[in-house]
Amino acid sequence: MVSLWQLFWSFFKIGTFTLGGGYAMIPLMEKELVDRHRWLTGDDFLDIITLSQTMPGIFAANMAVHIGWRMRGVPGAVIALLGNILVPILIILALAMGLHYLQGNAVVEAVFKGVRPVVVALIAAPVFRMAKTAKISRYNFWIPVLAALLIWLLGVSPIWVILAAGIGGFVYGKYLEKKEVLP
Amino acid sequence: MIFWKLFYTFCKIGIFNFGGGYAMIALIQNEVVEKNGWMTAAEFTDIVATSQVTPGPIGINVATYAGYTSVVNAGYDPFWGVAGAFLASFSVVLLPFLLMLIVGRFLLKHKENPVVKTVMSVLKLTVVGLIAAAAALLVNPETFGTWTASPLQFCLSIALFAAAFFASLKWKTSPILLIVLAGAVGFVAYYLM
Repeated sequence: MVSLWQLFWSFFKIGTFTLGGGYAMIPLMEKELVDRHRWLTGDDFLDIITLSQTMPGIFAANMAVHIGWRMRGVPGAVIALLGNILVPILIILALAMGLHYLQGNAVVEAVFKGVRPVVVALIAAPVFRMAKTAKISRYNFWIPVLAALLIWLLGVSPIWVILAAGIGGFVYGKYLEKKEVLP
Repeated sequence: MIFWKLFYTFCKIGIFNFGGGYAMIALIQNEVVEKNGWMTAAEFTDIVATSQVTPGPIGINVATYAGYTSVVNAGYDPFWGVAGAFLASFSVVLLPFLLMLIVGRFLLKHKENPVVKTVMSVLKLTVVGLIAAAAALLVNPETFGTWTASPLQFCLSIALFAAAFFASLKWKTSPILLIVLAGAVGFVAYYLM
């Protein structure tokens, strides 16, 4: 059986040495969990990716929770998750404190003045990338447009918009979508 | 009581996040800037920038940093800020953690279920609109400056926005590189000059 320490160490490495967010962890996770330790098969790993994307929350955290749970039950889930996020939390916390301390510093302010519009661009760009993977067509483009306008212009909370989309999708999928007829 | 609100808000953000790190940035922006006013839009973009260039999931990083900033901005000392940071990151993973344990294995067996697939594709479409709204809300004088206050900053902001947008879409340039470059431009343009 995999020891909790081993599990912690693997997820510690995965969490600590990936820059660029949760999806950037996939190759490192695969190398560590599938190729190196053979805790999972490649098929299992792909299934867990789909599962973690489907479930709400943070992708990398969901991966850690499910894989930890598979290896060592609930304690495994807790340990894998902790290993995955502990160092990132401590690093960002140290930076948060440092930058707060430096608030009003002319150099820091100058740097961030340059960075802010780029952050807005980095949030705007995925809209166009994700529009492709979400399969936007002339029949469904009103969904993202309506969602954006409700939030942007009417100040509706995104939580309500997501809830409405979830319920709408369920009703449509369950009762309205054309059922495939068997030949 | 800010700690209770923080707990409740980040629980909500965690359980309603479908669609990855950028969707979560959009949710956090709406809750902490628009709805609760715990920080300004400029502070929020600074948090996102810092979270992009450090290791770990973006959602966790933004939650941790936003937890700290919200509490310190409310007038507490940094010790309570640290407590707020841990509380926010704990809250944001709490409900998804429980849900993964309870329904994870069930869903793994039913991943081909057509209703689940339809719900997910509608959510994917909605999340595109959600992120677009967050980007639109962040285009404001705090992040871009104004023409009247400083024509240089306003024009440079638009140029940096356009360049980063283009590079990100066309060449898939790494966000880390873009943020570092923009920081260097900011340092030269606004400090040295």
